[in-house]
Amino acid sequence: MGSYLSDRWPQILSASWQHFSLVAQCLLLATVIAIFIAALCYRSKTLSGVANSVSAVGLTIPSFALLGLMIAPLGFGVAPAVVVLTFYCLLPILRNALVGLAGVDRSLIEAARGIGMSSMETFFKVELPMAWPVILAGMRVSAQMTMGVAAISAYVLGPGLGSFIFSGLSRLGGANSFESVVTAVVAVVVIALILDGLLLLLGRLTISRGIRA
Amino acid sequence: MPNSTADHNSSTGNKVAFNPSMTEITGATILLENVTKSYGAKKAAVNQLTLEIPAGKTVMFVGPSGCGKTTTLKMINRLIEPTSGRIVINGEDVTTMNGDELRRRIGYVIQAGGLLPHLTVGANVGLVPKMLKWDKQRIADRTDELLELVSLDPEIYRDRYPKELSGGQQQRVGVARALAADPPVLLMDEPFGAVDPITRQRLQEELIHVQAELHKTIVFVTHDFDEAVKLGDWIVIFNEGGKIEQYGTPEQILAHPANEFVEDFIGSGAGLKQLGLTRVRDVDIRQAPAFTVGEDAATAVAHMNEAGVLRAIVLDSRDRPIGWVTRRQLERMTTVGAAHARQFPVVSDSATLDDALDTMLVAGSSDAAVTGSRGAYQGIITVQTVIKAIDHISADPEEVSTPVGHNTGAIPKLATGENGVISYAMDEEETATEVENDSAPWAEHSDPAETHRGSERA
Repeated sequence: MGSYLSDRWPQILSASWQHFSLVAQCLLLATVIAIFIAALCYRSKTLSGVANSVSAVGLTIPSFALLGLMIAPLGFGVAPAVVVLTFYCLLPILRNALVGLAGVDRSLIEAARGIGMSSMETFFKVELPMAWPVILAGMRVSAQMTMGVAAISAYVLGPGLGSFIFSGLSRLGGANSFESVVTAVVAVVVIALILDGLLLLLGRLTISRGIRA
Repeated sequence: MPNSTADHNSSTGNKVAFNPSMTEITGATILLENVTKSYGAKKAAVNQLTLEIPAGKTVMFVGPSGCGKTTTLKMINRLIEPTSGRIVINGEDVTTMNGDELRRRIGYVIQAGGLLPHLTVGANVGLVPKMLKWDKQRIADRTDELLELVSLDPEIYRDRYPKELSGGQQQRVGVARALAADPPVLLMDEPFGAVDPITRQRLQEELIHVQAELHKTIVFVTHDFDEAVKLGDWIVIFNEGGKIEQYGTPEQILAHPANEFVEDFIGSGAGLKQLGLTRVRDVDIRQAPAFTVGEDAATAVAHMNEAGVLRAIVLDSRDRPIGWVTRRQLERMTTVGAAHARQFPVVSDSATLDDALDTMLVAGSSDAAVTGSRGAYQGIITVQTVIKAIDHISADPEEVSTPVGHNTGAIPKLATGENGVISYAMDEEETATEVENDSAPWAEHSDPAETHRGSERA
């Protein structure tokens, strides 16, 4: 195990970084899209309901199948991996964004309008900051969930630690096959913990002390 | 109505609009002109309301829930858009201007202050100046000035968050925020409804002090008639559908309720309520020796010997009373200190005699210190003074001309009064013919029997 690690350390590091970077970027993209969709939907009960059902159904789609289906339109490599990951990231964040925005006290919004904030200003300066802790919680769920999905993206030759797992499993019993799988699994867990820690830190920095629990 | 269109044009052409520094009065005259708000096909929440709010006065809207008082208030800053009619502020028609810009020029205070919990107290107060793009230093100076005005030490409270304040303090910040950009008009929607009675009394007194300094036009919605009597220069009593039952001074309404509805609304004990009309500052306040902490004790004793008194009041560095000390205690000190001072009741000079008497009786004291603006010591009031004053309360208030207020649909005329302050008047003849000639829908609604039907919105 020791020699396996020391022999392949650079590859492991670069694959880990790719894995991390893939998830982090998809998370960022998904957050922006989720907030945008939520902003369009949250004022209407019907639209919120539709968005909620779509995200519930979306989460039940097997990620392996979805990745496979993406090969036809997008080919192999980074593109299908990014699309699928962003899709899975999107769903929990969208749900939380809807819940968070709907949970902002109506009297606060009226106070903001009453002192002359436009509806745009009210959204960005009042509603979004108030909903932000809930949205961030959704981001943490998404980050954990897509860490695993990102490993599967090796199936479409996406970047990250998945290739170690797939190659290890395909020749299980062979030399270093077991080490390959274990290394990748441990690395994924470590990266997941690091990303979670970073999101926690982001919360510390961006959630106002006035609304922190 | 055709006759009066000419008047409108001249009034909008007369651009006095929102210029606060013309007289002492910084407030603006507001006119709701034949304003109706209806939701769908239901009976109108506010029906054909014409109401003048005089500049620099506090006008209280009272009435049962669902009477349209809050709707009326929110139509002034167009949080609720009127279905028909015009809103005129200082001669300027604001019915069609950008609503957000209008609201930045009108202070708005709601229950519990409506502070944004994720912003500090300072940031909350600075919200409107920031939207108006004031520079940073000016906003900071203004914020501190306003926190001082509402008796919150800026050093302590500027960087706190709303959740770290008590309900009363939050409400004060709410008032400071509304005043930030020095708006001529302040709208207050049941602002003191969510605080305990003692805090409410203090906040009411502070509002009176603030208003005595600033002379804003304040429109204040409440369901508490006693609060209306205490704070209002004028009171409008609404019935369902925004129908004005009576518009008058507290004295007028208490002495001569217009009809049975008003009588019921005032409730029993209207005579006793008149005690609530006289304020501490209107009666004789006695002077008693008072010394600031840190003053030379020997000089203080000499003063007391000269005046022939045995007790003196100790004040803190901001002139706020701390307690009593006796001459004996002072003789033992080198400088005046508060360590042995005995607590005693304190009333604001804007408190009503009712409140003052109550405070003294509860404290078991025959006198109380009187404080003025920002808690500064003024003198003392005794139980005897209050009792003497009660004898002098006049049963018949003097006649004052009431601002325009009715639901007939007739349009008032603009009359620019002294010092360029805008006011309105009804042309008596025109009013009469208007109502007669037109068999318009309002004729039916002005029937008193009609007003008992439900309207859905407050």
